[in-house]
Amino acid sequence: MRRTAPISQRIDWLTASFVLALMLIGLFNVASATADASTIEWFDFSGKLGKQLLWVGASLILAFLLLVIEGEFFIRTSIIHYTLNVLLLIAVLVVGKRIGGAKSWFSIGSIGIQPSEFAKTGTSLMLAWILSRNQDRFNQWESLFKAVAIVSLPAALVLLQPDAGTVLVFTGLILVFYREGLSGNVLIAVLCALLITIATILSGASTIQYPGGFESTGAWILWVILISIGIFLWATVPEWTVPRRRKRTRRTVLFSFAATIILSVGLQFGLEEVLRPHQRDRIHVLFGIDVGNPDADYNIRHAKAAISSGGFAGKGFLKGPMTAYGFVPEQETDFIFCTIAEEWGLIGTSATVLFFTLLLLRILTLAERQRSDFTRIYAYAVASILFMHYAINVGMVLGLAPVIGIPLPFISAGGSSLTGFTMLVFILLRLDAERFTVLR
Amino acid sequence: MKLRERQWIIGGIFVLITFIYLGRLVQMQLFAYEWKAYAARLTQESETLEPARGLIRDRNGNILVNNKAGYDIWFTPRKCTAAGGLDTLDLAELIEMTPESLARAFRRAEDYATYRPSRIRKQLTAETYAQISGEIWRFPGIEVRRRSIRTSPLGLASHLIGEFREVDRNDLESNQGYRLGDYKGKSGLELQWESTLRGKQGTRHHIVDIRNDFREPAQAGRLDTLPIPGDDIQLTLDLELQAYGERIMANKRGAIVAIEPATGEVLAMISAPSYGTDLLTGRDRGANYDSLLNHPSKPLFNRTLRATYRPGSIFKMIQGLIAMDRGVLHPSNRIACNRDIIGCHGPHTFDNLEEAIVHSCNPYFHEVMKRMIQDGATGSIFSDAHQNLGTWSESVRNFGLGTDLGGHFPALRSGSVPDTADYDRMYGRKRWAYSTIYSISIGEGELLTTPMHMANLAATLANRGHYITPHAVQGSEGTERIESGIDSQHFHSVIRAMSTVVTANDGTGRKAATPDLTVCGKTGTVQNPNGNHSVFIAFAPADNPQIALSVYVENAGSGGDWAAPIASLMIEKYLHQEVTQNAKEQRILQATYPFPEQPL
Repeated sequence: MRRTAPISQRIDWLTASFVLALMLIGLFNVASATADASTIEWFDFSGKLGKQLLWVGASLILAFLLLVIEGEFFIRTSIIHYTLNVLLLIAVLVVGKRIGGAKSWFSIGSIGIQPSEFAKTGTSLMLAWILSRNQDRFNQWESLFKAVAIVSLPAALVLLQPDAGTVLVFTGLILVFYREGLSGNVLIAVLCALLITIATILSGASTIQYPGGFESTGAWILWVILISIGIFLWATVPEWTVPRRRKRTRRTVLFSFAATIILSVGLQFGLEEVLRPHQRDRIHVLFGIDVGNPDADYNIRHAKAAISSGGFAGKGFLKGPMTAYGFVPEQETDFIFCTIAEEWGLIGTSATVLFFTLLLLRILTLAERQRSDFTRIYAYAVASILFMHYAINVGMVLGLAPVIGIPLPFISAGGSSLTGFTMLVFILLRLDAERFTVLR
Repeated sequence: MKLRERQWIIGGIFVLITFIYLGRLVQMQLFAYEWKAYAARLTQESETLEPARGLIRDRNGNILVNNKAGYDIWFTPRKCTAAGGLDTLDLAELIEMTPESLARAFRRAEDYATYRPSRIRKQLTAETYAQISGEIWRFPGIEVRRRSIRTSPLGLASHLIGEFREVDRNDLESNQGYRLGDYKGKSGLELQWESTLRGKQGTRHHIVDIRNDFREPAQAGRLDTLPIPGDDIQLTLDLELQAYGERIMANKRGAIVAIEPATGEVLAMISAPSYGTDLLTGRDRGANYDSLLNHPSKPLFNRTLRATYRPGSIFKMIQGLIAMDRGVLHPSNRIACNRDIIGCHGPHTFDNLEEAIVHSCNPYFHEVMKRMIQDGATGSIFSDAHQNLGTWSESVRNFGLGTDLGGHFPALRSGSVPDTADYDRMYGRKRWAYSTIYSISIGEGELLTTPMHMANLAATLANRGHYITPHAVQGSEGTERIESGIDSQHFHSVIRAMSTVVTANDGTGRKAATPDLTVCGKTGTVQNPNGNHSVFIAFAPADNPQIALSVYVENAGSGGDWAAPIASLMIEKYLHQEVTQNAKEQRILQATYPFPEQPL
């Protein structure tokens, strides 16, 4: 492709068409999820569907605008973009509107704007900016610290709202760190820490009754298991390595073991002694633990029933009773996947899942064909964020992940998330279109 | 590993997650049948369509038992909470409940299911519903459902009709397709003819929304079935006669059973005191039932089938018939009225059979039965009695006494006709003789019969020797002709005597005399410490009997005083449709329980 080819020919239309396909899937399913008794009000712009239609239109215009702006502009305004987003996140904590227990929204007339949806783009740009400036990458603590700080600041502000789902999305940026040189061990360590955290919360919430009449929290069982594994590894792992490395290996095992126990015991102590009961309940609900409220797992049971009832071919557009008659909560936003599942069946769900996977893999391809570090890092950030949304949202409705409310990109109804994701992807497409013209 | 190659690890994670999700989707959407079933449970609701229950008509087609609309109040907790609750005080007043009982009903509904409707109030009348229907929309979660309930506006023959009410645990476990809240016949004809009257429920399947409101037919209505109405039953009862009988038996204790002798069809069954059928089908059943149950006159007790009395003098006709058939008695045989053996009454001294029946001579029938039981065949009075009582009992049972009369009335008590084995149990084997048991010769002692048995006896006498098993529903299966085993020629003298009882100036049953009709009857006075029971059996006309009946008036005195005139009124009402004996009627209508002390 020539450098001077018009921008329209340099855009990666494959990515754009995946995005468009997801938007269309979204529109039809939002239509069904919001329809009242099979009547679709496409152009009732006060309704959720009409608004979504407007937002799709707005996103397409936004996409066009993003594609005609010089890529250099995004790069140079990264800091401004990031700063602006952080300020908005601070502002929302002050003047935001509390909806569903979280202060995440600016309310402007009938429109709600959720700054955290845009903060993902700003953070990605800033991360790309900083990491592309540091040639040493993660060989020095300083650059790791900077990168973590850039992500942590907006993440911390979002946690104050509190919006655990979006915080979790930010943690997905660790994939970017990994691609840019962070040791794989850290990735594994983080994964292990996550697993231990989940295991501690789950086991700590259960009570085990022993024969003889005394009982204790299940966390003790977990600790016994962890200590057993620790002793076993300490005793055996060094034997697997060459003799001159044994001392170091033993030290590593001991350190990891100590870290594991400290994390688990500390977490359990924090849950039991530091947090107040209602705060603990909130965390438990997040992990699907029964807190004695019969309606606590009501959402996920209905979601599972709706998905299951779709079968292979689905009930057909507008024909799913669970969608039509309000059985699935938040079905046009966080639980939109249930509508796809009920009305389009396994065909619809696997198509959606495959579109997401192809989009993600295409973005990885785009990333790796860049000569510019900035664009590559940004592309990885885009892929990580989309991946986290997809994995958490679909995992949640499938009952594989805790119920954490975050939208399914391009599909869930909601203007902030739709325009936010459009910005995220189309900035990448503009940068990618310039991959031959600039060397950064 | 070069950093560039890490793209494969990251891409691998993406693909791995997708594969996990695809696997999960295949499992959930293709195989998770329990979740599919759960979804169906959530979104589908079937509505039972009640069939119209069969009506109950009398022999002339007049409706005795009908259906009417009752309105139940249902409550769905979730709909109420979703709409922000309701004013319970206001609602309680509207549907005529106390706030406490409404609160209890709400709690029960909550415990049952928050998204399913529970019934909180039963059977509001159409009038009440009309008053509240304009207001009920103000209460979210409250709805009114119509159901068909039983009504018998005339309130007649309640004991025979029986109860129609909500099923209980036993019915639910009986596997006959009853569901909680269904109604069924629980006693009487409603129970006996349940399968005929019931019909078949239909079902309509709906798709419901989260508030359990019906939204559209499930599967385009392909699974729906229409209800099949139950069949009507036609009784053999004559409602006018029944109504008249209940009217003249008001304020008394007793029973009347009237039978058409040629067919065994029961024309009237009156158990007094009675109660309106609707008292036990409506919403106030509990309270009504309690007060009826505790009433000293025991109105719930069906005296026609369940009350057993000694037959008394009426039994003497059976004695005479059996003795003649055995050849030990000729109607012309005269027997001295030896009052040293057994007490008697009246001025007679040396009667033949007819006179003995008319005078109700006790020594006569003591002797008649002695000839059958103590015939001297063995030389031992104990062995004689032991040998002969069995065949005697058998002959008595042939008149229906001590039997279920063909089983058309499940509630009928068979009464008692003592047997050899019974006395062996009471006194020891061969340790009793005729002298031990002679009181049964005049219808006392261990003999027990119901008004139904005695009416059937009247029918047997009217038919000169046979009866058709009595029944109350036309088309009843298994009605048969039962022979008494007595040659019909022997009935002439007995029937002549019964006619004399009514026509003679000194006849005990002369109050049964009826204008333009030849009534044959026999009085009975059943000993009772609280005042003797007045009993009369009769049939008419003598030559071509259309009606045979038994009348019992408890604690009223002698048979001729009360039961005989009642029989006369019933016969006139049935055969002439009009009652002309006004004085007699007035006397009966004015009589109330307890009757004044009667001289014995």
